[in-house]
Amino acid sequence: MSPASLLIRNGRVLDPANGLDTVADVLVTDGAIVRVGPRLAAPASAEVIEAAGKVVCPGLIDLHVHLREPGFEYKETVATGTRAAAAGGFTAVCCMANTNPVNDNGSITEYILDRARTEGSGVRVHPIGAVTRGLAGKELAELAELAETGCVAFSDDGRCVTNAALYRRAMEYTLPFGTPVISHAEDPDLARGAAMNEGVVSTELGLPGAPAAAEDVMVARDVILAELTGAHVHIAHLSTAGAVRLVRDAKARGVRVTAEVTPHHLVLTDEAVRSFDPNTKMNPPLRGKRDVEALVEALADGTIDCIATDHAPHAASEKEGEFDHAAPGIVGLETAVAVLLDRLVRPGLLPLDTLISRLSRDPARVLNLAGGSLAPGAPADITILDVDRELAVDPARFHSRSRNTPFAGWTLRGGPWMTIVSGRKVFAA
Amino acid sequence: MAWTRKDLLAMRDLEPGEITLLIDTAASLQEIATREIKKVPALRGRTVVNLFYEPSTRTRTSFEIAGKWLSADVVNFSASGSSVSKGESMLDTAKNIAAMSPDVVVVRHSSAGAAALLARELPCSIVNAGDGAHEHPTQALLDLLTIREKKGHLDGLHVAIVGDIAHSRVARSNIHGMRKLGMTVTVAGPPTLIPPAVQELGVKVAYRLEDAIRDVDVVMMLRLQHERMAAGLIPSLREYSRYWGLTLDRLRAHARPDVLIMHPGPVNRGIELSPEVADGPYSVILDQVAKGVAVRMGVLYLLAGARGEAA
Repeated sequence: MSPASLLIRNGRVLDPANGLDTVADVLVTDGAIVRVGPRLAAPASAEVIEAAGKVVCPGLIDLHVHLREPGFEYKETVATGTRAAAAGGFTAVCCMANTNPVNDNGSITEYILDRARTEGSGVRVHPIGAVTRGLAGKELAELAELAETGCVAFSDDGRCVTNAALYRRAMEYTLPFGTPVISHAEDPDLARGAAMNEGVVSTELGLPGAPAAAEDVMVARDVILAELTGAHVHIAHLSTAGAVRLVRDAKARGVRVTAEVTPHHLVLTDEAVRSFDPNTKMNPPLRGKRDVEALVEALADGTIDCIATDHAPHAASEKEGEFDHAAPGIVGLETAVAVLLDRLVRPGLLPLDTLISRLSRDPARVLNLAGGSLAPGAPADITILDVDRELAVDPARFHSRSRNTPFAGWTLRGGPWMTIVSGRKVFAA
Repeated sequence: MAWTRKDLLAMRDLEPGEITLLIDTAASLQEIATREIKKVPALRGRTVVNLFYEPSTRTRTSFEIAGKWLSADVVNFSASGSSVSKGESMLDTAKNIAAMSPDVVVVRHSSAGAAALLARELPCSIVNAGDGAHEHPTQALLDLLTIREKKGHLDGLHVAIVGDIAHSRVARSNIHGMRKLGMTVTVAGPPTLIPPAVQELGVKVAYRLEDAIRDVDVVMMLRLQHERMAAGLIPSLREYSRYWGLTLDRLRAHARPDVLIMHPGPVNRGIELSPEVADGPYSVILDQVAKGVAVRMGVLYLLAGARGEAA
């Protein structure tokens, strides 16, 4: 049993939702924030966490993970994926629908939620339902039942719904639920056969490339459909400078569009593919330097609303052979915070409070989730960071069932120190 | 300059001095082909495995003859009729072969990076005999040797590479090798067969055959794969041949009289090359094949020889 009260003492409390950045105590009782302030008195029974020198922030929320269960338990399960999330500092994750069977009906959603309750680490799991039955792009899934059962958004992630009329109907049908449609924006014809980004590196390596335009044309379509329907469209794993321009322009016109970016698209370019390491293969692919610069700028100015990992576990056998045959995607939950602190915050590319905001307050707003705030009464979902600890990334120590990361061996300063969900510790370094 | 690398994977990796060393070594070994007894004991007791995942006649045979003339034991392992057809992964197959202690594995594979993957995983020397559309370094070396013997030098020469640049490992290896040795390279073909940003590799681009072959010392024609039509990259073989096929008339009208015509083979006669050009006085296509054996002897000698000295 977790103690009824928890006092986190003397940490640097960084709560962008409430404009707070100060050394203070955080008092938690019965799973909710009671107050934040200096030298708080706590009940004698309270567990005290000494957090001097640490950063105490709202629990981090990842809008885009693949927990792989049901169907691909050899890659990841709800149990291992939520443990990885806890170790990565995340208090809530949203899991994509491309399981087997696909999460396109209420019973699968209920199954995932049940696994989270019985086997999970305590990290909150919010399923995302499929837009179309079986992700086939032909007919709508039972969206109302999915929403009622607990799906917080709809996406055929991994595939693009290419039928614009069907996508329009999905946006219209889900309007009353307040659940956005999350778009995997990729024109499958422009990207056909691609193993990486199209550019001078793909030319040199002789690998087929997907042009940035494959993403841009679909982002343009999605923005136009959002404008037509009045629906909220969220762009998954935005990766190009062109898509940044489209989203910026749409937001300026008042279109209900939001976007996420992954840590790997913020710190790696297609130059990494020169190693032919299958762990540099993902979809969308690692892009060029100018794209990365545009992504960082857009994240800083809020054009891109939040960071999501697109945690995509694959077994070693799917990631160790020929590059063009390897499965796309990498795990991200356990490296995201360290990579972002070391490669964006430390060099001064992104202020720490902006990073925290893009990982907590902002994703909560995008999907209307509880959390992302340390206001009194809010759920006591809290992440504590150690921004000074230096650690080499060792995939053998991952809690995830999979090890497919391009960051193996990277020495990174800063990372999660403690993860608290509903006032209960789910991870401590 | 001495050879110090474990593997030969890509022309892009090599220093100009290393390229020259490879060509010089090949040149010094090519007289073996003229002997009555075509065998020297240089690689006696060494084992060379030809690990071919793609069909190949000329390259595999060329490596096999090269190894045998140097007295190496040469074993051919081709994807058909082997464990590959039983679903074994490339890496598993390669590790099994490595467990039999070969000195050199020559690998041909349809995936870019396949040779680099084996080089990383296996202790023996790896020779890339073509990996997808990435590189084919021994082809570039034999092309360079052929040109040097015909022209007397390489520095300052201008080469046009014509055809499906986008899917050609031969083009990539030659671009790197030729640029490193001070040559000028123009690539030419319909824009759909020119890879993006290719100018950043230091080459010129031409979109008309007549422009490409004017005033160059060498024209290298590439094979057009028929599947490029299905992919929507060209309308038809007929149209390709009409605008990009090198005929004797075109050659005489636009190219220099001392131009060399090269082709890595196999030739689509009547598509990219008319028979009278392929077999005519400008063609050095069979010289390329002969130099191929010399280059592969040089490569095996330097790689396996270097291993011997280290042991």
